[in-house]
Amino acid sequence: MSRKVLVIGEVREGALRNVSFEAIAAAKTMSDGGEIVGVLCGSDDLTNMGKELIYYGADRVVTVQSDQLASYTSEGYSQALMAVIDDESPEGIVMGHTAIGKDVTPKLASKIETGLISDAVNIEETGDNIVFTRPIYSGKAFEKKIITDGLIFATIRPNNIKALDRDEGRSGEVTAKEVDIKDLRTVIKDVIRKSTEGVDLSEANVIIAGGRGVKSEDGFKPLEELAEVLGGAVGASRGACDAEYCDYSLQIGQTGKVVTPDLYIACGISGAIQHLAGMSNSKVIVAINKDPEANIFNVADYGIVGDLFDVVPKLTEEIKQIKVNA
Amino acid sequence: MNIYVLMKRTFDTEEKIQIDGGRIEEEGAEFIINPYDEYAIEEAIQLRDEHGGEVTVVTIGEEESEKQLRTALAMGADKAVLINTEDDLEEGDQFTTVKILEAFFEDKEADLILAGNVAIDEASGQVGPRLAERLNFACATTITSISVDGDKAQIERDVEGDVEKIETSLPLLVTCQQGLNEPRYPSLPGIMKAKKKPLEELELDDLDLEEDDVEAKTKTIEIYLPPEKEAGKVLEGEVDDQVKELVSLLQNEAKVL
Repeated sequence: MSRKVLVIGEVREGALRNVSFEAIAAAKTMSDGGEIVGVLCGSDDLTNMGKELIYYGADRVVTVQSDQLASYTSEGYSQALMAVIDDESPEGIVMGHTAIGKDVTPKLASKIETGLISDAVNIEETGDNIVFTRPIYSGKAFEKKIITDGLIFATIRPNNIKALDRDEGRSGEVTAKEVDIKDLRTVIKDVIRKSTEGVDLSEANVIIAGGRGVKSEDGFKPLEELAEVLGGAVGASRGACDAEYCDYSLQIGQTGKVVTPDLYIACGISGAIQHLAGMSNSKVIVAINKDPEANIFNVADYGIVGDLFDVVPKLTEEIKQIKVNA
Repeated sequence: MNIYVLMKRTFDTEEKIQIDGGRIEEEGAEFIINPYDEYAIEEAIQLRDEHGGEVTVVTIGEEESEKQLRTALAMGADKAVLINTEDDLEEGDQFTTVKILEAFFEDKEADLILAGNVAIDEASGQVGPRLAERLNFACATTITSISVDGDKAQIERDVEGDVEKIETSLPLLVTCQQGLNEPRYPSLPGIMKAKKKPLEELELDDLDLEEDDVEAKTKTIEIYLPPEKEAGKVLEGEVDDQVKELVSLLQNEAKVL
């Protein structure tokens, strides 16, 4: 049964997020040949970004441009998105399970009184059903879920569903929609950037994480250097956060972020069950720890027993070398 | 201030998950207050101490949830409500939960509702913002700081690592993120007092709801455990050689470089 599916795209620091392209691939499965309509909100001209969504598989794109949408607020965006949903009457909606996705999709689902499957890592068509797989208990288990009533609505976890190939030969309409956004109760006063330059933890392909073994705030420096040569992000265990070596926003685990990068390098992390829940579904795991009995070695693909302050800088140098030679 | 906290009883984070007959095996497992809801309870108590008023902790669940409600009362909450769905509901989802909570809050005149930003079991993170929408409350998710002055609230939110400072207005629903506060342990006098504090038990009937009104919009068709990860290769030799070997393995075997 073909369905019209809305893909809510997301712009971060002037560029579309990867997960928006992944959402188009998800929409492809959900739509079963139906039309895929991208939606973008913002205060600048969004035509070029709209075209980009089309290159990645959207059939056409609706943009909502307003000064009120310069920064994300849940009220502003839900008004804009509801206007588009009312216009388009989609049979499916999908977007990334990002800060914005987590905030706005439950509000939209609540408004239209529909089900919502959050944080899907896989989507497949089985008979008449679109089946979503999502981690529960922070990845200690998985569930397969379907929507039984109303439109099919889901958010997808970044880095899990492969985007379609970009094709500049694709064309489609990008149309602007006027929405009168009013009565915003929430005003953004300031945003303090604390995250790693450019690479967001949940979307990072490579994560270098530190635990109690990093010993201090300065102890994260070698990890940051390794992350830089690999184009990755730095994360941490709860131990490191509790010891105030780093900000809680870096925490990976059952409380904190759940991540699934291609490469996860755990430095000085013992591997408590709560931490493993947050990272053990990473594709390749490397553990560096002084203690050969550390639990982290039980989930690692490769382990080095040694002092991270010795191993990590050497690893950085070695990788720099191969990057130069390549 | 009339403050409410949405609480969920969850598996202890130490627990391993086992599946029996297609369901998560709960027998013998330890249960706790969802860790993010603990931040909500703590913040509610602090705000009440500062502004006066009352903290009511609400949960939807079974008889067993009384234990976690008593813990919240022992921490310092004033009242607790258990909406017991054991006899009425087989399955529910976030739509179900919010439909019930919406009915509960209909006559409550809440100024502030606090919840965890996510429950560590099902981890949908939907209930807070969904409920705010139904009640037409302003809403802020993943907060790490809140101060209230009159009907205005100054809030800091964690947005993927960045800090967003916002001003919003009451009535308000917030979901709490780690870093907001350090939840207290119940004191012995607190535990004694908690035994006498009011704990109201409601069923769907009491909220004028029928089972059909709250029927889930989603359905879980399968639960399974991820394949057990096998321990990998621990490298040997001098550190320099190990590093070289690791890079070569990452390049050629794992193909991630």
